Amino acid sequence: MKPLWQWNLTDIVQALHRGEVSSEEVTRAFLERIQALEPRIHAFLHLEPEAALHQAREADRRRAKTQDPDTLPPLLGVPMAVKDVLTVRGMPCTCGSRILEGFVPPYNATTVQRLLDAGVIILGKTNTDEFAMGSSTENSAYGPTRNPWDLSRVPGGSSGGSAAAVAARMVPAALGTDTGGSVRQPAAFCGVTGFKPTYGRVSRYGLVAYGSSLDTVGTLTQTVADAALLFPYLAGFDPRDATTMDVPVPEVVLSQEPDLRGLRVGVPREYFVEGVHPQVEAAVHAAIRHLESLGAEVQEISLPHTPYAVPVYYIIAPSEASANLARYDGIRYGPRIQGETMWDIFFKTRGRLFGPEVKRRIMLGTYALSAGYYDAYYAKAQKVRTLFRRDFERAFREVDLIAAPVAPSTAFPLGSKTQDPLAMYLEDIFTLPANLAGIPGLAFPVGFDQDGLPIGMQLMAPPFQESRLFAVGHAYQSTTDWHTRVPPLHP
Amino acid sequence: MTAYEAVIGLEIHIQLNTRSKIFCSCSADPWLAEPNTHICPVCTGHPGVLPVLNRAAVEKALRLALALDARVAPVSYFARKNYFYPDLPKGYQISQYDQPLATGGALPLEDGRRIRIHRLHLEEDAGKTRREAGRRYIDFNRCGVPLIELVTEPDLRSPEEAAQFLERLRQLVRWLDVSKGHMERGHIRCDVNVSVRPKGSTALGQKTEIKNVNLIDLMRPAVEQEIRRQIEVLEAGGEIEPWTLEWDEHARVLRKMRGKETEADYRYFREPDLLPLEIDRAWLDEIAASLPELPWERAKRFQEEYGLTEYDARVLTGERALADYFEAAVQAYRGPAKAVANLVINQVLRLMNEQKLTWEDLRVTPARLAAMLQLVDAGVIHKNALKKLVPLVQARDQDPKAIVEAEGLAQMQDTAALEALCARIVAEHPEEAAKYRAGKTGLLGWFVGQVMRETRGRANPKEVQAILRRLLEG
Repeated sequence: MKPLWQWNLTDIVQALHRGEVSSEEVTRAFLERIQALEPRIHAFLHLEPEAALHQAREADRRRAKTQDPDTLPPLLGVPMAVKDVLTVRGMPCTCGSRILEGFVPPYNATTVQRLLDAGVIILGKTNTDEFAMGSSTENSAYGPTRNPWDLSRVPGGSSGGSAAAVAARMVPAALGTDTGGSVRQPAAFCGVTGFKPTYGRVSRYGLVAYGSSLDTVGTLTQTVADAALLFPYLAGFDPRDATTMDVPVPEVVLSQEPDLRGLRVGVPREYFVEGVHPQVEAAVHAAIRHLESLGAEVQEISLPHTPYAVPVYYIIAPSEASANLARYDGIRYGPRIQGETMWDIFFKTRGRLFGPEVKRRIMLGTYALSAGYYDAYYAKAQKVRTLFRRDFERAFREVDLIAAPVAPSTAFPLGSKTQDPLAMYLEDIFTLPANLAGIPGLAFPVGFDQDGLPIGMQLMAPPFQESRLFAVGHAYQSTTDWHTRVPPLHP
Repeated sequence: MTAYEAVIGLEIHIQLNTRSKIFCSCSADPWLAEPNTHICPVCTGHPGVLPVLNRAAVEKALRLALALDARVAPVSYFARKNYFYPDLPKGYQISQYDQPLATGGALPLEDGRRIRIHRLHLEEDAGKTRREAGRRYIDFNRCGVPLIELVTEPDLRSPEEAAQFLERLRQLVRWLDVSKGHMERGHIRCDVNVSVRPKGSTALGQKTEIKNVNLIDLMRPAVEQEIRRQIEVLEAGGEIEPWTLEWDEHARVLRKMRGKETEADYRYFREPDLLPLEIDRAWLDEIAASLPELPWERAKRFQEEYGLTEYDARVLTGERALADYFEAAVQAYRGPAKAVANLVINQVLRLMNEQKLTWEDLRVTPARLAAMLQLVDAGVIHKNALKKLVPLVQARDQDPKAIVEAEGLAQMQDTAALEALCARIVAEHPEEAAKYRAGKTGLLGWFVGQVMRETRGRANPKEVQAILRRLLEG
């Protein structure tokens, strides 16, 4: 039998349900794994091992006592981790920033609350680029997370802590957030499954806002089946988030038969251009051929506005961020740097406690929204944004799904792009369009490069068609084994 | 010397009387509450929280918009107004900018002139900052209290008109149950834009803004001062600069707060956390149908239907509860409405004022008021007794008839006894009687007074007068 820490979420849920294993055993196995690997990977910003074990024993007692196991919370006693931009009542929430050091929110994010209601045990909070601004987790004020496949490389970002934790099997699943690719890109870099829902499908309440019109809460798991398992617990209308839609959440039933006949898969030519690493391109093409071998019809499509994704995103997201981050003024929570005057407090607190990338984006956004520049930048970017929606609408009249690489390359070495913000921004080029259009995306491993680094492919579907992603992703994983590979870390 | 004309426009913030705040469930009426007791993560801008629009606030804003005959936008948008201040927790105020809830419409002045409304929108209030002994104290209770911002066209021509507009707007928002309208509590806050121009000119002069003219009594002195200042500057060959001024209550003068150089760039953009505000036609129709007759319409009807004077009609439509009270009493009484109006204005309102009563406290119901007038008509009591009777009905919470009986307030019906009493009074005062007969007829009132005192007011003074005159002159 595989050691417990190698089990995926679906296995754990079933084994707990059948009484084959206790929550305490499962939780302890992952905590031991964390203890052994955390010093090398630094996936976590906060851990609560004692509280987790206590909850695990409670869960076991509850399971032992019940007459009717069907009345138990379905994920009772399952350990998970949560990215540190989502609030968990009573746990510090730093967002990877000094400006929120020591801040303990008195409320749960709706996604966290729903997981807790389902019985999940939260082991801790995972590392992130400061306020989710970054593609490598190097912008965390608390030090970078390392890629479990190669500790000299980045795990991607901004949900790098969650992706690395799942890849290193420190937790079976974790929540992440995806504003411009922050779930899918680290999933690709770490060889795990990253799922981003439709904008409006999953509540943003308790997600510390970065780019409000783009932010989504997603999952990092070993398998597509695990993502599909978690999805119904996270999705649905939330009275606390006016932008969630009251669209029914379908029950996800994954077929045992990997049959993709009748499925039309579109391959956007703008995603296979110069700059994409040949090995990435080759692996993604191979994966697309694999879908074809399962019965899918593949056709080339065009998403003509793809080249504008970076400029459009880097106007809209920073503009929203410039307002979203205005609240960190040292007045009500978080540390304050004292000053002579009120303005002095603002300047010093914000000047010293925000990191360079956050300041860069606040300045970008403030500039784009300023009188005299608004029309040329923000208003124009919003107009182009609607063109992204139209690109996808047109494409989805011809195809059911779109398959593409997640990122142009595999995980890059730590420090290699930190001096070149533009090179870092270009990492997001293939993930940004889904956020700009608000559509769901799913990234999963489809191979490894010559350095043994994972390569990811993403599927994109029309709004609220997440189940299509799960069905196809699951069909792929039931006939391949890339997702079962574990990084060769020796505790 | 040139004759000048003032051009005045108002920007008014009206605090809505909803139960909860505009984007969270905290109480929206934190008046006199301990600082920072009506707050939650949402209205104090904690990380990760989101605003959810209060439907009741939208409904109230729509009531006012419809009452002003404004055009309600089928779709309007919220926007973020960005600026830093410690009592603005999010660093931006959620307001409406390029697509407000309503535009157009008008509010009529007493003379019927319609003051046009430019726009009307919804927004959230900020907190309060208090400076004391070199420290700054912040109270977030008011953060997220719903406000309507109403901007007029520059249609007002004098400080009196501006004051009247504010007074009528206050009456209207209370009438519509949109705001409590307590100006001393800041429920209505007014910024005044003032400019002057040579009479006859149609061009607009450079304007200045007077902040926080929050009491109607402040409008006249503040605006008058500014008009005078601007005329003096122009007469001296100067130019008006776009100042922002504020009223110094201590010195009772306007002071310059800032000039144009510090004008802020609020970097408005659409609020991504809220959906476009779509106003359902059926809902709007429902609200329109539920609107009451407006105060000025009702005052006009009171004049036409009940023959009231313009003044009485205006007083009785000052508040909706008062107008309802008056009409209920008229219905119950079935006699001349003028008698009801006099009794309400002279006795009931005075009593409420003296005893600080609310309409809920009032025990002098319309039915009881009508009953009192009927007792006068039937000759059971004299109308002078009402002055005594009204406070008694209030104090004892009993029907007037019972009180008249218990207190012996009924007029003396026994004419023989009254004649005997009058005869005794005349006999007891021979000197005064002699003076009267010698031509000092003014003493008649004194004799009447003596008789009224003896009867403790129960005699009919007209009857007493007639008897006395007969006795003294016969």
